[in-house]
Amino acid sequence: MTEPNALLSVENLALSRGGRALFANIGFTLGAGGLLLLRGPNGAGKSSLLLTLAGVLRAEAGRIDWHAEEPPKLHIVGHQSGVKTRLTLAENLSFWRAVNGPSGVSPEAALDIVGLGAIGGLDAGYLSAGQTKRLALARLLVTDRPIWLLDEPSASLDAAGDALIARLIADRLASGGAVIAATHDDIPGATETLMLGTPK
Amino acid sequence: MSAFLTILGRDLRLAGRTGGDALTLVLFFVMAGAIMPFAIGPDRVLLQQLAPGIIWLAAFLSMLLGLDRLFRADEDDGTLLLFRHAGLPLEAIVFAKLVAHWLLTALPLLIASPLLAVLLSMDTPIWGRTALALLIGTPALTAFGTIGAAVTVSLRRGGLLAPVLILPLSIPVLIFGAASVGAPEGSSAAILFLAAISLVSVAFCPFAAALALRVGSE
Repeated sequence: MTEPNALLSVENLALSRGGRALFANIGFTLGAGGLLLLRGPNGAGKSSLLLTLAGVLRAEAGRIDWHAEEPPKLHIVGHQSGVKTRLTLAENLSFWRAVNGPSGVSPEAALDIVGLGAIGGLDAGYLSAGQTKRLALARLLVTDRPIWLLDEPSASLDAAGDALIARLIADRLASGGAVIAATHDDIPGATETLMLGTPK
Repeated sequence: MSAFLTILGRDLRLAGRTGGDALTLVLFFVMAGAIMPFAIGPDRVLLQQLAPGIIWLAAFLSMLLGLDRLFRADEDDGTLLLFRHAGLPLEAIVFAKLVAHWLLTALPLLIASPLLAVLLSMDTPIWGRTALALLIGTPALTAFGTIGAAVTVSLRRGGLLAPVLILPLSIPVLIFGAASVGAPEGSSAAILFLAAISLVSVAFCPFAAALALRVGSE
């Protein structure tokens, strides 16, 4: 069952929120280079599943096995951006770079990659929703972590932003990482799709 | 260590940019102390006797006022979720925020305390002992406050609950803080006990608060 290079195995995972069963019997294996798309209608539990994988919510039943290390080294991008509005874009990135450990990418380079290079000195509070999302994605670049959990990464992004996400994910997968994304859009390169049902 | 200092520095920098908060607390501190003579009456001797206690109460109340800011902003913009997977343990992050919070809420009160001492016609030696007691005792107040803020951060309207939660915990700090000011010359038991409370609570607080944050997000 377990692949030799598996990063994550999930078996029989069940979760309920507020006394209501969200999902049960979720199981998948994700190897290096794997992209798992979580799909399903609003309220199906996509975000909750991501939070469970991140260790924030406690699963009701089942097993989550991060083969490589415990706790796993992962990035999570949620609905809230984690961006401090009173810090400049570059300061926001420098902060996370200092806290989580630097990768080879400097904050300036990361801003260039997500298309915000020209306004690195601006307070993040002036950004639009889409630009804030891009800044949140730039955080993934300044610290190198193999696993990304993305919650609707393309929400509020334009067409170029969608392409940016596809490119970032492809880069991550090519370097031996793994990505789990909850999305309503199509992200190319998906190795597996998990359909979460309608809430009962 | 550098990650720790980064978080500490970020909190200070954010407070500096947002501005006003520290000043508001200081104003509240001075005003809460300054209205006491109106309530008690202009009896100079009585005021002098009560002044250390008044300063302690004013400091305590203004520190309660600032509690909700400790984790609220980080919770609202999602930073707290990211801290769960940061490069250093949540306990260390909480400790960094505790230190920053003390620098932002307690230290300004210490600096402003001479003003209140003048308004309450305190003698300089008494003020000195009160300030020393505040310096030693306020870390404990901040530590208890951090736990209270961590417990209530997941409640949308928890702003008023944290002070109510930590008020009973803080009574020993007030008792020994006030006792150390009024203690007879050469007696250091109360101030030592105050220091012990501060050290123990600051040492335990990061673990308790981090646990509260973890449980609270479920």
